[in-house]
Amino acid sequence: MKAPGFDRMTPRARLLATLILTLAVVALRGLPAQGAALAGAFALALISGQALRPLLHRLAHVEGFMVLLLVMLPFSVPGTPLVTLGPLVLSAEGLARAIGIALKTNAAILIVFALLGTVEPLRLGHAARGLGAPVRLVQLFLFTTRYVELFRDEIRRRREAMRARAFARRTSLHTFRAYGNLAGMVLVRALEKAARVEEAMRCRAFDGRLPAIGIEEGERGILAGPGLALVVGAALIALDRLP
Amino acid sequence: MAHIPDGVLSLPVGVAGWAGAAALTGFALRSLKEEAIPGTAILAAVFFTVSLVAVPVGPSSVHLLLSGLMGLMIGPLTAPAVLVGLVLQALLFGFGGVTSLGVNLVNIALPGILAGLVLAGPVARATPGRAGVIAGIGAGLCVAATGGGVALALALSSSDFVPSARIMLVTYLPLMAAEALITGFSVGFLKRVKPEALAGARP
Repeated sequence: MKAPGFDRMTPRARLLATLILTLAVVALRGLPAQGAALAGAFALALISGQALRPLLHRLAHVEGFMVLLLVMLPFSVPGTPLVTLGPLVLSAEGLARAIGIALKTNAAILIVFALLGTVEPLRLGHAARGLGAPVRLVQLFLFTTRYVELFRDEIRRRREAMRARAFARRTSLHTFRAYGNLAGMVLVRALEKAARVEEAMRCRAFDGRLPAIGIEEGERGILAGPGLALVVGAALIALDRLP
Repeated sequence: MAHIPDGVLSLPVGVAGWAGAAALTGFALRSLKEEAIPGTAILAAVFFTVSLVAVPVGPSSVHLLLSGLMGLMIGPLTAPAVLVGLVLQALLFGFGGVTSLGVNLVNIALPGILAGLVLAGPVARATPGRAGVIAGIGAGLCVAATGGGVALALALSSSDFVPSARIMLVTYLPLMAAEALITGFSVGFLKRVKPEALAGARP
């Protein structure tokens, strides 16, 4: 069932390709190239062989301020009027601007989903290290991913306990106080845990270096993937800028 | 709502954001001792998970930034903690952006770090109730500064964004109120239960 997709490429190559492609997409100015970028990004998502339902779900969710931006642009950019609604003038230039931003934003989301969607955080951390990210930052990232699940679980249990005591969330001082105490209590537990972990790490002579955690990442695709990304990115920009 | 996606900001603004983010994070990491990495990661994980909780505000709900609380508890390490949070946000839920990551980091982390520098001392010395009030006001101002940062990044990217950026600032008011109150109550709680948690930023 699971298509090989990009799994044969190393995470480092995929990370590098993602950076190149998103940068190229962001630089596009005209609608034809932006549309081509979105089509290409969608093709990438299909090739990656992942389930598309969560992706479509994600694309359907647009953040509030993006809605504001996209709705206001056609009316606030001066230009050739298309529709006039009383004092509001919808301009062709503004509409093109809004459509262009929506195309680029969705293309970038698709690229990240296609190339990095199946990379586990652990391998992504090592990939970032391979691309020159500071070792302490990577350590911090790896440890954090390990603890996020733990605390999501703890917060879920505490909220269940609150509900069992007939807590109902609404916009009230009581709710804010309850959430403040919840955050405080989880932080207290976290600080105690941090102290224990720190002692345990000392006992194991942890000195902050990144031990090889059993991942042999070859150099497979380290040139092919990013190389292809460079070619595609350059082609898009050429399509955009050349008359 | 402080996460600007790819494709909105202009390239120079995105690049400047990355430079600022690298400087902030690099500076903070220099003071991060090896043995403090797991402890800092545990706190970063808590801040990230608490920010996932939807807080009801009227008919809608908001997600906390917690930058003010981070600044008080981990000081400059807020920068790498926010960076890790933003990357996880993108990986787990597909939110945020690659080219806009630097701008998002600076917008969220810088106010928190500054609030920590200014307020950590007064909060450490105050009584629990008063510390909660100070921290709450600080956290509210952090959200306002983040909103200002988002608006500034948009305005610098294109003058076309200026009208929307102005209106957008208003949408930060509910988050400001929720953040101020919840941070205030949290800090009051911590001062009573574990005052050493707020005894200035961790070394």
